[in-house]
Amino acid sequence: MGNENRIINGWLMVHIALCLIFIFAPIAGSFVFSLNSDRFPSLPLGEFSFKWYRLIYEDPLVWAGLFNTVVVGLTVAVIATVLGFGGAYTDFRYNFFGKSIYLALALLPPTIPVVIMGLAMLAFLSRIHLSGSTISVIIAHGVMCSPFAMAIIRLRLSQMDPDLEAAAWNLGGNEWATLRHVIIPFTKPAIFAALFITMAVSFDEFAVAWFVSGLNETLPVKILGFLQGQVSPRINAIGSLSFLLSITLIVLAQLLLRNPEAEKK
Amino acid sequence: MTKRPSLFSLVLALPLLVWQLAFFLFPLIFLVAISFWTVKMFQMQPDLNFGNWQRILTRGIFWDAYLHTMILAASASALTSAIAFPASYAISFKLSETAKRWLIFVLIIPFFTSYLVRVYSWQVFLTDAGIINTALGYIGLGPFAMLNNNFGTLVGMITLCLPLVILLQTFSLNFVNRDLIEAAHNLRCGRLRTVFAVIVPSARVGLVIAALFAFILSFGDFVSPLYLGGGNPPTLSIMITDITKSGQQWPRAAVVAIMMIATLMTVALGAITYAYKERGK
Repeated sequence: MGNENRIINGWLMVHIALCLIFIFAPIAGSFVFSLNSDRFPSLPLGEFSFKWYRLIYEDPLVWAGLFNTVVVGLTVAVIATVLGFGGAYTDFRYNFFGKSIYLALALLPPTIPVVIMGLAMLAFLSRIHLSGSTISVIIAHGVMCSPFAMAIIRLRLSQMDPDLEAAAWNLGGNEWATLRHVIIPFTKPAIFAALFITMAVSFDEFAVAWFVSGLNETLPVKILGFLQGQVSPRINAIGSLSFLLSITLIVLAQLLLRNPEAEKK
Repeated sequence: MTKRPSLFSLVLALPLLVWQLAFFLFPLIFLVAISFWTVKMFQMQPDLNFGNWQRILTRGIFWDAYLHTMILAASASALTSAIAFPASYAISFKLSETAKRWLIFVLIIPFFTSYLVRVYSWQVFLTDAGIINTALGYIGLGPFAMLNNNFGTLVGMITLCLPLVILLQTFSLNFVNRDLIEAAHNLRCGRLRTVFAVIVPSARVGLVIAALFAFILSFGDFVSPLYLGGGNPPTLSIMITDITKSGQQWPRAAVVAIMMIATLMTVALGAITYAYKERGK
């Protein structure tokens, strides 16, 4: 029996490794292809080259896309985190009639397929003459990102000792003062994590942005354009750079979320 | 709770509610409304016209796309679940806490990479003269057609869903009572039988929810069917992007979108009912 266990366990580990290879092959591939001189990379690989990075560096449209992406990402992060904080605290603190509807409305957007969100947003925003602007992308991403912010902050709130808030009230702090001096400091790491993660989500979102952005394309929409037009490894160069950016944001968020436990020790 | 809500609670609760009502629920309701509108001179006009519905629902091409999308999404969901399960099982039952935490972190990374870039990367791997076929050629195999067919589409959909499904499955397996497995072993229940008679039933809710998410993601995905599957026959999401981007026939696209939402809601309801059915038996 012990012997058989070892064989099965070995196979299971191989299976995990295969799954990881499958998941990360395209990610690693795009890194390698971005540094490769071939337009259609194959085996054996062409020579090492920064050609594609130089091409995107020299492309003003890429810079314009990056500018839009950063403006949208920063704005969305702040909006989604503020909305998410309110939602998380409401869920944490209050019980009221229709709360499940409130939560459904707050958390459901990520389950709606992006093409449908995109179409609905486009139809609605063009009716109020907002489609084709950066604002329309911000509105749509605010809807899609706030559930993530809410979930992250809600998780942090559930780690809070409920007596903490009560103690603050007993000491004469009103609700506003308690929010400012107790709740916000306690949830600060989650607030920053939410800012970074919603920013990362917005950075990578292409579908809804594609529907509503019009001429103010964000960088992911630009990539979609490259994908539709001539095939170009510039996609890999942009992808690699934005991956590094997103991963930096995630690691920062992760460090922030881990910190409070280190403090406790 | 009968007392009036305080200003404080309203300030915190209302912004999110207002935002999601105005920019999430309302656009979806508006989508239903415009499916009855008419397009005249490239302008949408409010109307109560069933023409769009009739036009879409009586077309063979719509139902072909519908069936095609259903089959793809169901296959992607089943395949992803089947591939993910041994991995989730091993992560949950065989790995140390530290290894578990690392793997979970590693599996979160793909959510923050661009799906488009990954799909483009797969194109390079899968084309006839691509990495995989060249490598297979060295050992005298192939070339295999892996792009612009259902195989390509499924590769893309599984790439999209696998990390999420492994994570959801792992979390649900973490909640399986370890004593139950011990008891099964003591009763001389074999390993495989323990998995199917004890572990799968106790983790059923999580496993079904994971499969449901894979279905929802694949059903709505237009990138893999288009750029790895070749877009022919189209899926419903490709139909929506085509109709929307090629003109003003948004009401018809809205009909397709509503059919998609209705299907997803039916599938979700069915899956959740199944997940919670005769639980604890």
